[in-house]
Amino acid sequence: MSIKLENVNYIYEDGTINRFRALKDINLEVNDGEFVGLIGHTGSGKSTLIQHFNGLVKPTEGVVSYNGEDIFGEKYNRKNLRLEVGLVFQYPEHQLFEAEVLQDVAFGPRNQGLSEKEALIKAKEALALVGIGENYYNKSPFELSGGEKRKVAIAGILAMEPKILILDEPTAGLDPKGRDNILELLKRIHGERKITVILVSHSMEDIAKYVDRMIVMNKGSIMYDDSPKKIFRYHKELEEIGLAAPQITYLMQRLKESGYDVDENATTIEEALKGLNINA
Amino acid sequence: MLKDITIGQYYRENSIIHRLDPRVKLFGTMVFLVSLFVADNIFGYIIATLALLGVIKLSRVPFKFIVRGLKAIVILLLISVSFNLFTTPGTIIWKFGILKLTYEGIYNAFFMAVRLIYLIIGSSLMTLTTTPNDLTDGLEKALGFLNKIKIPVHEIAMMMSIALRFIPILMEETDKIMKAQRARGADFESGGVLRRAKSMVPILVPLLISAFRRANDLATAMDARCYRGGEGRTKMKPLRYKKGDGIAYLVYVIYLGLIVGANYL
Repeated sequence: MSIKLENVNYIYEDGTINRFRALKDINLEVNDGEFVGLIGHTGSGKSTLIQHFNGLVKPTEGVVSYNGEDIFGEKYNRKNLRLEVGLVFQYPEHQLFEAEVLQDVAFGPRNQGLSEKEALIKAKEALALVGIGENYYNKSPFELSGGEKRKVAIAGILAMEPKILILDEPTAGLDPKGRDNILELLKRIHGERKITVILVSHSMEDIAKYVDRMIVMNKGSIMYDDSPKKIFRYHKELEEIGLAAPQITYLMQRLKESGYDVDENATTIEEALKGLNINA
Repeated sequence: MLKDITIGQYYRENSIIHRLDPRVKLFGTMVFLVSLFVADNIFGYIIATLALLGVIKLSRVPFKFIVRGLKAIVILLLISVSFNLFTTPGTIIWKFGILKLTYEGIYNAFFMAVRLIYLIIGSSLMTLTTTPNDLTDGLEKALGFLNKIKIPVHEIAMMMSIALRFIPILMEETDKIMKAQRARGADFESGGVLRRAKSMVPILVPLLISAFRRANDLATAMDARCYRGGEGRTKMKPLRYKKGDGIAYLVYVIYLGLIVGANYL
């Protein structure tokens, strides 16, 4: 179970003056059960890249394969692929359309060919997972708050029980509590359902705290692909492309420079506390 | 699918045609459209074709790009051509039931098709070489005299420019929503007419909501900048005729003269 990209190039509006090469020679493999963070400045090709994972976008050159099969092969069933590789777009609440929350979440499972009854069961499970209670089932999705809408929209993908879950900045525009809610939810699903999660984010703190593997994109190419801890050592290079290491890493480095005996590579507050080498 | 709609799209280039005053281009488009209906024999159409090709060449817009706009009217074209072919009375060449193919029909159908195609090419050439802002500026100025009879020209022009500006935004939005629903297993291609129409609901509802949201945001933003309509409003780039514009008007007169003259050949 893996997604593999080989020499993938993607060009927007080829043959016109607006021609733009969004992806350059991408080679990448995402394995089962990984929690991957995808990071990069605006326009670095992150969103284009993730749309290759479920075949919404066809690479201009190169091969995308899922479980060893070319997803743009002649007989390949891309609809089934999309049911296994769940993609949550940016601001997913903008895709809600049904009159009732429960019906909207059941849209995906219904497209999977489940019976009405089964689809509703899946929808209820997914809503419970994101913490939306029964009293919301018959409400209109448009009456909900921003954070609630976001949760309902994510439930819409979760209800399909994807084996790989991709999220494009799922926390954009949410308050700190809503953000933590969603990230904790992802961590829980990743642990319980043993699925692969690919998280696109701008927040170094979130990435450092949740992911095992981090991919940094710059101008359509992969710049780093390693554990967050190792990548954040290159904070100078990251700054050059408009990114940064987590705040806490900078703090720890300053402390180290000032002569304190601390772990300057800490990337989360918890690690930093341990790395202070004090017996508090 | 959505990429085929080139009506109202602008093609960035710095040609003579692009630099013309928008009023000149508006007027020129009108002259061209009128000339298509004035011309009634092959010579008139030859002149129109040459003029059109000349302008296309001068505009430096790739021919491929211009022709793309025609895809939108293929069906309209087929219907009007077949009506003209089979319903025009005259010398019958071929007959099948109530369908009669006549010489006059072929003649009419041919000119009708050419007219329609030139109409679309002519007007898309204007939008391809003029930014929506310039276009509405030109319209506003050219129709300014209507203000005297209490027609809110500025407001109408503003509405037009907003509408034009929103076409690409809403197209992009549609594309995004379609992808999002496809990611949830939606299928827009298979099934009968009814099923396909039904499958549009998950696109149309979010699109409508987003259009209203954007309209609302824009209205608020305009309010916040104290927009209050046209009265006493000045322009950052007021339209002024240049030398090239005068020449263009001269060319129009010559062109119309030729078209009218051709009718007597």
